[in-house]
Amino acid sequence: MSTLEIKDLHVSIETEQGTKEILKGVSLTIKTGETHAIMGPNGSGKSTLASTIAGHPRYTVTSGTITLDGENVLEMSVDERARAGVFLAMQYPVEVPGVTMTNFLRTAKTAIDGEAPALRTWTKDVKAAMQQLRIDADFAQRNVNEGFSGGEKKRVEILQLELFKPKFAVLDETDSGLDVDALKVVSEGVNRAHAEGNMGTLLITHYTRILRYIKPDFVHVFVDGKVVEEGGPELADRLEEEGYDRYAAGAGVAVAPAVQG
Amino acid sequence: MTDITTEKARIGAPSAQPFINGFTEEGENLSPLNTGTNTSTTSEQPAAGPLGGASVKSHSHGGGVGIPDSSRAGRLTSYKLEDFKPLTGLEEDWRFTPLKRLRGLHTEVLDGAAPAVSVTAPAGVVVETVGRDDKRIGQAGIPEDRVSANGWENFAEATVVTVPVELQAESEVSVLVTGSGDAPSAQHIVIVAERFSKAVVVLDHQGTAVVSENVEIIVEDGAELTVVSLQEWADDAVHASAQQARIGRDAKFKHIVVSLGGDVVRVTPSTRFTAPGADVEMFGLYFADAGQHLEQRLFVDHAVANCKSRVLYKGALQGRNAHTVWVGDVLIRKEAEGTDTYEANRNLVLTDGARADSVPNLEIETGLIEGAGHASATGRFDDEHLFYLMARGIPEKVARRLVVRGFLNEIIQQINVPAIEERLTAAVERELAATDN
Repeated sequence: MSTLEIKDLHVSIETEQGTKEILKGVSLTIKTGETHAIMGPNGSGKSTLASTIAGHPRYTVTSGTITLDGENVLEMSVDERARAGVFLAMQYPVEVPGVTMTNFLRTAKTAIDGEAPALRTWTKDVKAAMQQLRIDADFAQRNVNEGFSGGEKKRVEILQLELFKPKFAVLDETDSGLDVDALKVVSEGVNRAHAEGNMGTLLITHYTRILRYIKPDFVHVFVDGKVVEEGGPELADRLEEEGYDRYAAGAGVAVAPAVQG
Repeated sequence: MTDITTEKARIGAPSAQPFINGFTEEGENLSPLNTGTNTSTTSEQPAAGPLGGASVKSHSHGGGVGIPDSSRAGRLTSYKLEDFKPLTGLEEDWRFTPLKRLRGLHTEVLDGAAPAVSVTAPAGVVVETVGRDDKRIGQAGIPEDRVSANGWENFAEATVVTVPVELQAESEVSVLVTGSGDAPSAQHIVIVAERFSKAVVVLDHQGTAVVSENVEIIVEDGAELTVVSLQEWADDAVHASAQQARIGRDAKFKHIVVSLGGDVVRVTPSTRFTAPGADVEMFGLYFADAGQHLEQRLFVDHAVANCKSRVLYKGALQGRNAHTVWVGDVLIRKEAEGTDTYEANRNLVLTDGARADSVPNLEIETGLIEGAGHASATGRFDDEHLFYLMARGIPEKVARRLVVRGFLNEIIQQINVPAIEERLTAAVERELAATDN
C-alpha cells in the first residue's frame, strides 16, 4: 500500500507578464487502489498539477509538499520520480526523433526496474499489451510518437502505463481528442492496470465522458488553482448535467466549501 | 463562460494569454524555449526558421532555398583553375561556405606538403604512387569547382589503389591520410575496382591540414565497391574533397562520408552512371560542434537507363555556430528510363545556436521512371524531449545518448567494418560527452 500525498501545494510559472501563481493551495491524498478524478474548466490548473507531480521544469513550487510514502518527491529529479513509481500519461506526448519505440520501452523499463527485463518475456509482454490496445505491430519499429495520430499517441501512453507498472498513474486529459472507440480501448487499458491492485490513479479530465468507463472513487472539482468541491462519483454526474458554470460564476469563488484532505 | 469546444482550437496559442482569473492558458506550450513557435505535435504551423517549429518538420517539394536556375548538368567543368572565376561567396555552390576560413584553398597556389598517405591493403590489392601523367588519372571526372581545379593543377603525385579483376578483398583497404601542416596543399587519390572485384576502401583523414583533395573512383562492370571517407581531422583543419565516381554496368557502389573533425570540411561526392543495371548507395554522417562548418554536396547523375540510387545523410549539431550544409542534387536525364532514386537528409539539432541547411534538388527529364523522391527534415532535441524520456525514468545523459545514438547508428551500421564502426561509435560518444556539463 502506497500513498501519494499533496499538501497545500502552491505552484507558479514565469510568463512574459511576470510570475503567475497557478496552483493556490492544493491538497490531495491518493492511496493504492483508489481512483481520483480531477475535473475542471480550461486553465483551472489541472495540467499544472499533473506536470508538477512529474517534475516539469517550467513549474516552480513556491510552497507545499508532495510526498510518496513519506519521501519528498519535490527533491527528486524527473527521472527519479519516475523510478520511484510516478507515471504521467501526457496530454501532448512529444515525438522523439531517432529512438524507436522498442528501444525506448526497453530502456525505460530497465531504468525503472533497475535491471534489464528478461528479453523473451519482455518481448511477449510488449506484443500482448500492444495487441490489447490495438496498436499496430509496426509501431514498435517506428520512432517514439513520430507520425502517430493523436489517438495513437494516447494509446502508446497507456501502453507504457501497462508495461511500467507504476505505483501512481497521473493521466493528464488522456481522453481529450479520442473518439468513442479509442476512449474505450484506452479506458480498458487503465482498468487492466488498476485491476492488478498495485496502483493509485489520478485521472485529470475536462469531460465526464471517460468516467463512464473508468469509475472514480473520488471526484475533485478544480477551479482557479484550487479544489472547490469534492465528492464521490455522483459529483461527476452532477457536473455532466450542470457543467462548470456555477463554479465560474462569481470569478471563481466556490459555491461549495472546499473539503481538503 | 468556458466553452469547452474551443479547447483543441487553442492548441499552440501563445502561452502568454491575457490573464482571466481562473482561465489561464497552460499545459499546452510547456517549454519556454518554444514560446511562439509551438512544439505541439499536432501543429501544422510552419517553422519560423531553419530550426524552428515543431519537433520534426518535413520539407515540402520545391521549398527550401537554392533551386538552381539551370540544370545541374550544365555546371562548368574543367581541369584548369583559370576557367573558374574567383569566388565571391555568392555562387550557388559556395553560398553556404565561409570562404574566409578556407585559408587560401580557392586563392593560393597549393604547393604545401600534401598530407602523408599510408595504405594498408589485403593481399592482391595493388597500391602505387604515380606521377601526374599516369593514364589512370582523369578517368572518373572533371573538377566542378575552383577549389577542386586548384587541387588538380597542383598535386605532385597520386596514390592509386587498384582492386584487380575478380579479386574479393579479404579485408578493408585502409588509406590513412595524415596531415601535419597548415600550408595549403593538394592531394590526389585514385581508386579502381576492376571488373567483378569486391572491396571496401577506407579513406581515413587525420591530423591537421589545409588541403584540396580530389578522389577519383572507378567502379568497373560488375564490381562491388564500398568507399568510406572519414574526416576525423584536428580542430583547425580545412578540407575540401571532391570525390567523383564513375559507375559501370551492373556495378554496386556504396559511398559513406563521415565528417566529425576539422574547422571547415566540404565534401562533394558525385556518382555518374555510365551503363545500366548499377546500384549506388550514398550515406553520410556528420556531427558539428560549436564553430564547425561541415558541408556536403552530392550529385547523382542518372545518365543511363535502369539504375538505382539511394541517398541518406544524417547530421547532428551542437554548440554555437555549429553549421552543417547538405545539398543533394539528383539528375534523371532523358535517357535514364527506369531510374529508381530516393534521397533524404535528416538533421538533429541538439542545442541552440546551431544551423543546419538542407537542400534536396531533384531534376527529372523523363517520366518513364520507377520512382524518384526526396525528403529533408530537421528536428531538434529540446527540453520537451528530455522531459518525456526522463519522465519514463531515463536519466538525462542516457536520454541524450539514446537519441543521438539511435539517430546516427543507422548510418554507422552501413559501414560493415566492425573496427571502424566501433571507432565511430566511440567518436560519437566523445562528441556527446562534450555537451555534458
